[in-house]
Amino acid sequence: MSTLLEIRDLTVGVGEKIILRGLDLTINAGETHVLMGQNGTGKSTLASAIMGNPAYTVRSGSILFEGEDITNETADKRARRGLFLSFQNPEEVPGITLENFMRTAKSAVTGEKPRVMQFRKDMNAAMDKLNMPQGYASRELNVGFSGGEKKKAEILQLLLLNPKLAILDEADSGLDVDAIRIVSDGVRRYRNEGNALLIITHNAKLVEELTVDYVHVLDQKKISLTGSAELITRITEGGFAGLGDNKADKGGASASREAQ
Amino acid sequence: MSDTEKTAGDFREVYDRRGTMEPDFKVTSGLTPEIIRTISDEKGDPDWMREFRLKSLELYNTIPVPDWGPSLDGLNMDNIVTYVRPKSGMEHSWDDVPTEIKDTFESLGIPEAERAGLAGVGAQYDSEVVYHSVRKEVAESGVVYTDMDSALKGEHSEMVREHFMKLLPPTEHKFMALHGAVWSGGSFVYVPPNVSVEIPLQSYFRFNAAGAGQFEHTLIILDKGATLHFIEGCSAPKYNVANLHAGCVELFVGEGARLRYSTIENWSKNMYNLNSKRATVAKDGAVEWVSGSFGSHTSYLYPMSILRGEGARMEYTGITFAGAGQELDTGAQVIHAAPRTTSSITGKSLSKDGGRSTFRSSVVVNRGAYGCKTSVVCDSLMLDNKSRSDTVPVIDVRNDDVDIGYEAKIGRISEQAIYYLMSRGISEGDAKAMIVNGFAEPISKELPLEYAVEMNNLITLEMSGKR
Repeated sequence: MSTLLEIRDLTVGVGEKIILRGLDLTINAGETHVLMGQNGTGKSTLASAIMGNPAYTVRSGSILFEGEDITNETADKRARRGLFLSFQNPEEVPGITLENFMRTAKSAVTGEKPRVMQFRKDMNAAMDKLNMPQGYASRELNVGFSGGEKKKAEILQLLLLNPKLAILDEADSGLDVDAIRIVSDGVRRYRNEGNALLIITHNAKLVEELTVDYVHVLDQKKISLTGSAELITRITEGGFAGLGDNKADKGGASASREAQ
Repeated sequence: MSDTEKTAGDFREVYDRRGTMEPDFKVTSGLTPEIIRTISDEKGDPDWMREFRLKSLELYNTIPVPDWGPSLDGLNMDNIVTYVRPKSGMEHSWDDVPTEIKDTFESLGIPEAERAGLAGVGAQYDSEVVYHSVRKEVAESGVVYTDMDSALKGEHSEMVREHFMKLLPPTEHKFMALHGAVWSGGSFVYVPPNVSVEIPLQSYFRFNAAGAGQFEHTLIILDKGATLHFIEGCSAPKYNVANLHAGCVELFVGEGARLRYSTIENWSKNMYNLNSKRATVAKDGAVEWVSGSFGSHTSYLYPMSILRGEGARMEYTGITFAGAGQELDTGAQVIHAAPRTTSSITGKSLSKDGGRSTFRSSVVVNRGAYGCKTSVVCDSLMLDNKSRSDTVPVIDVRNDDVDIGYEAKIGRISEQAIYYLMSRGISEGDAKAMIVNGFAEPISKELPLEYAVEMNNLITLEMSGKR
């Protein structure tokens, strides 16, 4: 199985503050990983560091994608390699329609200009599946979108850009049950044997319909526990506090590596 | 994006192409009564205009340089040639325009735009209009569209004399006095009652000479119920000496008439653009300004609308982009002089690479002007830490039955938005250009398609730092 993402001994900070210290994580093609953890433990920081958000500084360690070191690459280059992040709070960008943005992004990622009519067809088909009215194509990017609409627009981008590794940062927060199902369907449609997912969530609903290979818990600035899908049930039922006993014997990255 | 950049680069090359043809005639630099008399003689002015010019010069000599705006220290009138006549007559067919001048306008796309969708075109080269034409069916509906010199002497001479510099008199400020003294060229438009000109008229001002001034006068009169869209374009190649543009635009909008006045200004960065524009609007009439200011070294530009008749309205939608070395001071003014008049001002300004952009708005509601509505929105975006943006609003309301809205936002380009677009594979430069074009979109959507494209190209040029 080919390795898509390999994070080695990663330390990440914002300004003076260290948020992640010595974190390891490996994701192979064909795998679905779920990342859980209490609020403020650094889940979004990890997503940002992987995507190349300039607001976060990698102090030490490295991020490899398909064997190549991307630690110092800008976000656009990472995206062109096949990385994708569904944002927790997508930015509103006035004056650019969702369709134009999507077409520009598609051509940036693939290196070729998509045909206008074909692209519109693909986009409309994807929007239908996400239960998004087609009028959204001509709306300004995320401007005035509700929380749920923004999340759907992120999944639409996921489907059209078809990356190798997609990180979903709370793609379900603030969504009602029906919307979660639509987002979950979209994610399932994206997933195939050649690509992989890293899903950050507090909610079992989103991943119910997916085959989850690994569940990681982020605590104390690193991955403190890795287990199988049943860990989700334990967390949703007993909370993170109930995991205390396991922390000692299953130590983050090494567990992840052993499991593979 | 790379396609747009190429086009944008081509644009720059076109704007920068200097004409090499010697002028037919030019006055010596500086300002003296002799020079004014020479201009008047050369142009064959009627007596009243000759006197008007000389009086304006006297005013010019007594009015001080404005002390409240961008510095004009780099402008020395002793070095400015105020009248440069190209070797060309005023022609009605492009075939009769000298090849070099015609080629310049060809490369700017003017004859092509004329064929594609303009009701008439005027083209000025330095101090004189070299081409003017209006579609037959438009002329047959009674619309007059001609160069100002012809209008001054022809059958509309009385109408010109009645309106010329009545809205913007030479006493207004130093550079209107200068305009009164040395004005040359420009367009005259008259639209008869209830005539709707369905496609736009366009006047294009090309300024080729170095160390000179352009002082065209645009006079537009819309009779009752008439409708018109007038487009003004301007550009010049860059020189290392200061050039001066002090045009004057006077718009008379009759009862129930509607005039849209669109400008894409792309003067070269050695230009002092001290332009004045003013409209008076009668009962139920409307004036709409759409303005894009990209060029010049220094600009002072604040079109004013006087809402004189009940129910009159104005709208201003403008964008200003100040790049390296530019200080662009723009805005809009409105006077609500009658009840139930409405105004809406939307200003966008951008600054980059140390450029400075100032947006001034002035709203005055007179004592008897009850039931007026006014809204001012200005939005400034600074693209880096070196640039500067200021907003200077004035609101002066003299009665208590007015609906006023004012909103101003000044901010830097959002790093998070750039990162968001980059996370979708878009390069940093393209991401910034997208955000800026998006910021400008409310203005570009008000422009006819080809001008919107030109504006986007100008923005892309600014963003790439090639200007």
